[in-house]
Amino acid sequence: MIARLARRAAGEFAVPALTLLGALLAWEAATRVFRVPRFIMPAPSAILSEGWEWRYRFIGHTWVTLYETLGGFALSMLVGVPLAILIVYSPVLRSALYPLIVLAQSVPKIAIAPVLLLVVGHGEFPKIVVAFLVAFFPVVVDTATGLAATPPELLDLSRSYRASAFKTFLKVRLPMAMPFVFAGAKVAITLSVIGAVVGEFVGSDQGLGYVILSATSYWKTELAFSSMILLSLMAIVLFGAVALVERLTCPWLAPAPEE
Amino acid sequence: MIRLDHVDKTYRTRRGDVVRAVEDISLVVGENEFVTLVGPSGCGKSTLLKLVAGLTEATGGAVSVRGRPVSEPFADVGFVFQQPVLLPWRSVVDNVLFSVEMLGLEPRQYRTQAAGLLELTGLGGFETKYPRELSGGMQQRVAICRALLPDPGLLLMDEPFGALDAMTREEMSLELLRVWEERRKTILFVTHSIPEAILLADRVVVMTPRPGRVARVLTIDLPRPRTMDLEFDGRFKDASDEIRSLIFAARKDRR
Repeated sequence: MIARLARRAAGEFAVPALTLLGALLAWEAATRVFRVPRFIMPAPSAILSEGWEWRYRFIGHTWVTLYETLGGFALSMLVGVPLAILIVYSPVLRSALYPLIVLAQSVPKIAIAPVLLLVVGHGEFPKIVVAFLVAFFPVVVDTATGLAATPPELLDLSRSYRASAFKTFLKVRLPMAMPFVFAGAKVAITLSVIGAVVGEFVGSDQGLGYVILSATSYWKTELAFSSMILLSLMAIVLFGAVALVERLTCPWLAPAPEE
Repeated sequence: MIRLDHVDKTYRTRRGDVVRAVEDISLVVGENEFVTLVGPSGCGKSTLLKLVAGLTEATGGAVSVRGRPVSEPFADVGFVFQQPVLLPWRSVVDNVLFSVEMLGLEPRQYRTQAAGLLELTGLGGFETKYPRELSGGMQQRVAICRALLPDPGLLLMDEPFGALDAMTREEMSLELLRVWEERRKTILFVTHSIPEAILLADRVVVMTPRPGRVARVLTIDLPRPRTMDLEFDGRFKDASDEIRSLIFAARKDRR
């Protein structure tokens, strides 16, 4: 049992970890052998040491970007899920809202961002709005798909018991749609990170996106790289958190135990 | 108990085509009678069950249950489908309790009865398991318990054993008969399988497709309780031959 787990862990983690380590070593060696200027491609060691030097200043910037990301994500769930419910339950609202939602999705968010900042002003709020705009579409579409995917037999069954539409929604359709809601949420959380950074690119004086932008304008490529690593780590941790919440609230979705 | 009087059901597809699902169906089913509906796909068997349950309205003729015209769903009906459609987040016993809950009854008062039904169908000790931990046959037993729990007078079964393997299927048929002997109720049972239709039924309704019509109603006077050995009985074979010829005759007419 333990041996099997160890072998599985080796296959799942050791191989990709070794590959990553190999790539980093090759990168480090290449920058030294070919004497690549550090503002074009800094060595991993340089990125790490620069990041370490910035560690205290990074705390504040990371917090700002995290705050914007979580704000945008929360907003996308709070708006996206009820919107999906309205679309599924009301054909009128569906035909009224769906084209608007698709239209909103098809406008490039990077193009909206400057205008938004003009309208909403500075600070974190406009970045939250950009993150929300980027993230809410998958939430709406996935939730709506999930609600529409209830097996027709279950709807017939509920109807044959004369259960109200609200009761059927609460006891059958919504829990049945939870895997879809979480699929949307997982996409939304990673898109929120992108949205927050895009918002910061357009105009800000704090946040990891701001650090990347100002670092590159001063040719401090290694600082830009360490911000990028922090952003990726943030996205991975947030994605993991959503997956964890899914595991805890929907334990029946976990893969069936092996026999 | 159930009375269908020259019932027609036509509906429009999304493309606007008119489909006649069933046509001129007249049938009377008595209290506590076990009636099977057999016929090829597309003969409107499932539509017929929905008409009786009030899930869909007839476009012609009249449907009544216990003398009352059916135009909307009414309590006192249990439904079992080809798929068990259990709720994966509920334990076995909570899945069984789902029916009384949806009926607006107090589930706590039905716990003992739910456990009794699970015991009766051989699922004693599985109360706290989850659907994914059960085999297909066991899941379908849970679905049957769910339908039986409010003790409906009428049980509508739409190919309930259609998704099971042949061996489990025979076992389940006999088990259903055993449960039915203990708790008599009217059962309308749709199937594709001719032997299954004969084994279970007091009467077999043979249907022909597009539009679905009743070709003939056969009375099966085989002794009860029934066993698989009856398949070698002459009367069983005669009934089976007759049903087969009715279905295939209808097919030849079409060519």
